[in-house]
Amino acid sequence: MNNILEIKGLRKKFYQLEALAGVDLEVREGEILGLIGPNGSGKTTLFDCITGIQRSTSGEVYFMGKRITGLKPHSVYKHGIGRTFQLVQLFPGMTVLDNMIMAIQESKGTLLSRLFKRDESEDIEKALELLEFLNILHLKDQLARCLSYGQQKLLDLGMVLMSDPKLIMLDEPMAGVNATLGREINERLVELNQRGCSFLIIEHNMRMIMNLCHRIVVLDHGEKIAEGIPEEIQNDEQVLAAYFGG
Amino acid sequence: MNKQAKRNWTWSRILRWAVFLALILMVPAIFGGNQYHMYVATLVCVYIIVIMGLNLTLGYAGQISLGHAAFMGIGAYTVALMTLHGHSFWLALPLGAVIAFIAGLILGIPSLRVKHHYLALVTLGFGTVVYLLMTNEHEFTGGFSGLPGIPRPNFFGLSLHSATSFYLMVVGFLILATIIMLWILNSRWGRAFKAIRENDVRAEMVGVSLLAYKLLAFAIGAAYAAIGGGLLAPLMHFIDPTSFPVQESFWFLIMLIIGGSGRFEGPFIGVIAVMLLPEFLRGAQQLFFVIFASLTLALVIFWPTGLAGLIDLFFRRVLKRNAPQLTK
Repeated sequence: MNNILEIKGLRKKFYQLEALAGVDLEVREGEILGLIGPNGSGKTTLFDCITGIQRSTSGEVYFMGKRITGLKPHSVYKHGIGRTFQLVQLFPGMTVLDNMIMAIQESKGTLLSRLFKRDESEDIEKALELLEFLNILHLKDQLARCLSYGQQKLLDLGMVLMSDPKLIMLDEPMAGVNATLGREINERLVELNQRGCSFLIIEHNMRMIMNLCHRIVVLDHGEKIAEGIPEEIQNDEQVLAAYFGG
Repeated sequence: MNKQAKRNWTWSRILRWAVFLALILMVPAIFGGNQYHMYVATLVCVYIIVIMGLNLTLGYAGQISLGHAAFMGIGAYTVALMTLHGHSFWLALPLGAVIAFIAGLILGIPSLRVKHHYLALVTLGFGTVVYLLMTNEHEFTGGFSGLPGIPRPNFFGLSLHSATSFYLMVVGFLILATIIMLWILNSRWGRAFKAIRENDVRAEMVGVSLLAYKLLAFAIGAAYAAIGGGLLAPLMHFIDPTSFPVQESFWFLIMLIIGGSGRFEGPFIGVIAVMLLPEFLRGAQQLFFVIFASLTLALVIFWPTGLAGLIDLFFRRVLKRNAPQLTK
């Protein structure tokens, strides 16, 4: 199986604090990889360094064979990596439909064509389809800020799906979501994965992560302490020690 | 899509624009005999163009600019110097806009690094530098003595020297500026500007090049201000640095906020309100600024969305329906 994402020796230092101490990690094509670890273990920093929001101190990131280390977030996005955030990040004063279209419009054409090419029917159609898939079609003309937290999470996911990313990185998709909605998100993820989308997921909900993920990587203090299929991770002594201080 | 487009351009909206246009065009018929009234009406149109530019930079793209008067000055001085040296106004005005556009691109660069009040300070510094250039470069700008005798243009042999004909020319520019602005805001650019205002981290994460759009927001806003300045110079026949001091940028900000920042109607309502209020409050004399400041404060505290928001509220509460809006 090919690796869609390859991270080699990624380090990130914030002054004296070493948030990532040389992490190696790969996501295989078509895989759902879980990323777990105690609070402050460097999971979100790793996401930020991959997507270009933070600049890594050293190390390399390759996506589909291409080096994307140090690229700006908007270029990383155009390579085909979509990401959600731990705290939902939307355009609160724009309508749900505008939020969705915003997620795709910059991936097409040139800067000038975005001023002169006015036809958006294709994007609108796709947005409406996805909103239906996520069960929030009826909210399309509402401002994003008027949505409930769960609905905002779905919209966040919908925005990521607009650009058909090859790899989707989710930062705690289940946090603050009730059980019913959680199951719904879970189903959607499985469905997307069957269509060929790879995932890298940070999550604290162990039941979800153990059921959903093909493999799991565990971070602690910026280092990878374990890697393997869910059963192996559940019984790994180092992992248990990191979580329970045993 | 078609349904959406239809909803955006209903007949009632076209009718509202037509009424507004008719009102503007009726001004000379009503005040035509009075030079001063025509002057004020022209000034209102000039400032609407300027504030429309600020509305794009600040209201839509969310980038604060306290250097807007400087861009207006760039446009005014370009037109003044070129027409005084015998060049055509019709060449000078676009050139002023282009120079301001480039200056706007440059001023946009700090916006990539700093935000909010830090950005405000940087743009304030820019405004100060341009003001100092206008006052200190005597040979070039005439310093504090200013540049007198700026001619009004002809249009294909048609003289635009009278108050009424010059007013109609400025109205023509206002209509053009409005159409172009609507066209920009309804494009993908307009959406990207709003996205940066709403959440620039996420905007970058969905592929928006902050570099391109932030610089464009400044540059287009600057070009609008320069067009306004370029119209101001022949209107007054005379310019000096005191027309474009740093305080002027604060007035622009006040006009925009009173009208409704980030609303297309904002500049229209704001400029008309702020510029006509002194005419009505003339009896108040020294008390004018006290009254004006109190009204502004009340507005900012109770209706931060400006008069446009207040009008919305009126429609919702009193008429029990949604206010008509000029753009989505």
